[in-house]
Amino acid sequence: MSKPIECDLFVIGMGMAGMASALFAANRGISTVQAGLTGETIFASGLLDLIYTQAVYEQKSCCNPWKKIVTLCREAPKHPYCRISEQDIRAAFDEFLSFLEDGGLSYHTNGEYNSKMITPLGTIKQTYGVPHTMWTGVQALKKKRPCLIVDFHGLKGFSARQIRAILKDTWPDLRATRISFPNTTHVAEFFSGEITAQALELSKNREKLAQAVRPHLEDARAVGMPAILGMSNTREILAELDEQIGVPVFEIPTMPVSVPGLRLNNVFSRGLLSKGVQRFSQNRVFEVNAGIDSDFVLGIGNTSGAEHTVRAKGIILASGRFWGGGLYADRKHIRETIFHLPVHQPTNRNTWHRKDLMDPRGHPVNRAGLEIDDSFRPLDSSGRPAFQMLFAAGSILANQDWIRMNCGSGLAIATAYAAVNAFFKLRG
Amino acid sequence: MKKGHLETQVLIIGCGVTGTGLARDLSLRGVQCVLAEKGDLNAGASGANHGLLHSGCRYVANDPAIAKECRKEGKILRRVASNCIENTGGLFVAVEGDDEKYIADFPNFCFRSDIPVQELDPKDARELEPALGPKIIAAYEVEDASIDPFKLSLANIDQAQKLGSILLCHTRVVGFEQTNRRIRTVLLKNSKTGEDISVDVEQVVNAAGAWAGEIAALAGVTIDMAYSKGSLLVTQNRLATRVVNRLRWPSDGDILVPGGTVSILGTTSVHIDSLGSVFPTIDETDLIVENGAAMLPCLETNRYIRAYSGVRPLIDLKHKNNDRSISRGFSLLDHIQDGFENFATITGGKLTTFRYMAEKTADLVCRRLGVSSPCVTKNEPLSSSNASRWTEPGLSAKEWIHKNEAEDIILCECEIVPKSVVDSILTTIVEQNCQPNLKAISLRSRIGKGQCQGTLCGSRVTAYMYEHGLLHSDQGLSDLKEFLRERWIGERPILWNGQIIQAELKEALYCGLCSLEQHEALKK
Repeated sequence: MSKPIECDLFVIGMGMAGMASALFAANRGISTVQAGLTGETIFASGLLDLIYTQAVYEQKSCCNPWKKIVTLCREAPKHPYCRISEQDIRAAFDEFLSFLEDGGLSYHTNGEYNSKMITPLGTIKQTYGVPHTMWTGVQALKKKRPCLIVDFHGLKGFSARQIRAILKDTWPDLRATRISFPNTTHVAEFFSGEITAQALELSKNREKLAQAVRPHLEDARAVGMPAILGMSNTREILAELDEQIGVPVFEIPTMPVSVPGLRLNNVFSRGLLSKGVQRFSQNRVFEVNAGIDSDFVLGIGNTSGAEHTVRAKGIILASGRFWGGGLYADRKHIRETIFHLPVHQPTNRNTWHRKDLMDPRGHPVNRAGLEIDDSFRPLDSSGRPAFQMLFAAGSILANQDWIRMNCGSGLAIATAYAAVNAFFKLRG
Repeated sequence: MKKGHLETQVLIIGCGVTGTGLARDLSLRGVQCVLAEKGDLNAGASGANHGLLHSGCRYVANDPAIAKECRKEGKILRRVASNCIENTGGLFVAVEGDDEKYIADFPNFCFRSDIPVQELDPKDARELEPALGPKIIAAYEVEDASIDPFKLSLANIDQAQKLGSILLCHTRVVGFEQTNRRIRTVLLKNSKTGEDISVDVEQVVNAAGAWAGEIAALAGVTIDMAYSKGSLLVTQNRLATRVVNRLRWPSDGDILVPGGTVSILGTTSVHIDSLGSVFPTIDETDLIVENGAAMLPCLETNRYIRAYSGVRPLIDLKHKNNDRSISRGFSLLDHIQDGFENFATITGGKLTTFRYMAEKTADLVCRRLGVSSPCVTKNEPLSSSNASRWTEPGLSAKEWIHKNEAEDIILCECEIVPKSVVDSILTTIVEQNCQPNLKAISLRSRIGKGQCQGTLCGSRVTAYMYEHGLLHSDQGLSDLKEFLRERWIGERPILWNGQIIQAELKEALYCGLCSLEQHEALKK
């Protein structure tokens, strides 16, 4: 193995929390190395949830997530949000969104409030940060404007007709149609959103798409399509489609593979590299050597074993939960996979999951994870920081249920911000 | 609500393998039947067993008569239902610490029941099945096989329908009208449409399996049933070529049966008092894994896809505390002493002997009807058709690759089920008077049975059905929720290792991205 790669901060994880950590660190001039698996981003919807819970959903209007966080800190004071000031959460979001803006992905928020969105199932969800490509859809849904939803032959798991069937009682002027995507004389098994998104980077394909949509417009004042409208230049692509079709166009999130997730990944790959972050994608940690007060020395590599050595003053662990590989469950216990940190967890498997998948209380196993101090350092079994300079961020943290509290992105961004700041402070 | 009226020679209640086998048997003798099923095909024990065609060896010690019956029927089914059977062969293996007297007596017991077995050196057994552990101390080769109970029922019903019988799914019996020792009319209700249907009958057969007691009670007849729940686990891969049985008195977690591309490990025997809520528990799962691992150590580390439970319909009054000691033989009750001339109940028994149970019941019914045609199911092959072939693991994948039609997109990637197969199944469902929904499609195919357990195919098939005008309003969301909840019952006990990852993805997509769990709240 070659000589160690030296850095101040090593970020483990390339999901939302890992990307946010690397960004905040780079912005603070911290020399940063990042390693992780990028597989998760094909599942990211592109929506940036801050928080809302079912109780809120029963209200007619959209929830104010900032107020919800205040209530949360009374009801569930161990939630990671409760260790971060509102001011810091807002600052984290601003810094994150401005980076995305620079990378070509603009976001909108409904002022202080959440926005209601159409999902690929035809249900409605609330979220905080909405990609600019989806913003017209938020307005159209709110005002129930005459609207046409278009889907494509052969694009699986997205049916305009389904969305219309489910929403038509409350939105009578919603129509649906199915067209062939330009240049696809026949659909094939490999046909996917990724391919159509790439195709729309070419203006002649955009023209053809606009031509194919226009005859179906009738009275529609907005056109919704699955989120496949370009990979990089979405601002230009959307503007051109708006003009050529004659009404504003918007995207609706899709089931995986999620093009908006790929866009986020691309913007981070490019943006972090240009900020000097050294990135090892599809790498995992194989060896960890750390003294309590000395630097960490880690062996990282592809599937086969350690290929590089990284020496870092501090680490942010943003390795995710079961899906990301940060946590592992056997028949009896849940373990943390890299540092073997104690995992806060229900007493036994009988209490991990509820009998009903959709139980409104959520599954207790989702609140399992790492317990931390106010500096976002994971605790050892005696309740003290396991390492002086090991921090954790994102979904691996205990006492939150990102799925049911709809706080995945907010949690990732805010805790990454808090962890980076804590590292910055403690490094001195 | 709509009202329907039918007349039939025989009304069969229950569409498990016995009910459908009986319908086929009677139809082949020229007798017209109506089948009433409160859910869908194989909703009870017929759809929740090992899929094991017993050599009989499991019963040689405690029930030699059943052992013989299994052996005889196994031979017949291999001949007439070969397309539902994989002739895997089987092993009986003992591990260190197992009852040595049982091991020593086993070959004699088999001889007594006229069942051929071949003793193997444990080393040779491990060569045949490398997954067997090092602690094997005795091994016998036997004639076990695996059998697909869904394919059996689908093929039975398909032929019965072609011969004029009528299937009514989601239709429960709500009452009997009787005069002079005869049931004249059976009152049914379709739970999906709310339709009331009255059926004038000559004969009634109660083939409701574990629910036989409840059906008989509607006619004022008491049958004392004992309910024994058994749970089983499905592995991600096939771990053995042959059936592997533990060479000991029947107990928990001692049979591993290949089911195409997977293996099925079971079972337990838990006495339950009602049929209300039957699901596999986490404790049962652990018990099965730990017992199974004594024979095949890989069962401790291997990935499981799901668990499921069935209820054995047992009739017995004396052994309430030990359901394993109750005979696994069947009971054909003619209800003469209960005051009926045209009512019979067939319950108990085994998957392996379903054809024989149907034959005996059909003999009784024909005697009562004055029909003299003999049973032909011993020799008449049970043919496979489009209605019955898609439950076979790997078949749709094989055909998709062979046909190589690019436009035939795949709706279920885990099991490679393309849209053409879903189309074919939707046609069958309509022909069977069943509701076209995800659960019904899943029962007749491999949809939802792979490692994602419905996460991706659930939304894709739903979208596909909306696109083809088969779903309206938010019906598809209710069906999807019901399907995901049904899958979840089987996922929950095995959520560790790889499957907890799949569960996380499922919840993230449906609850996180789509807020599906809140859909009704929104509509209000």
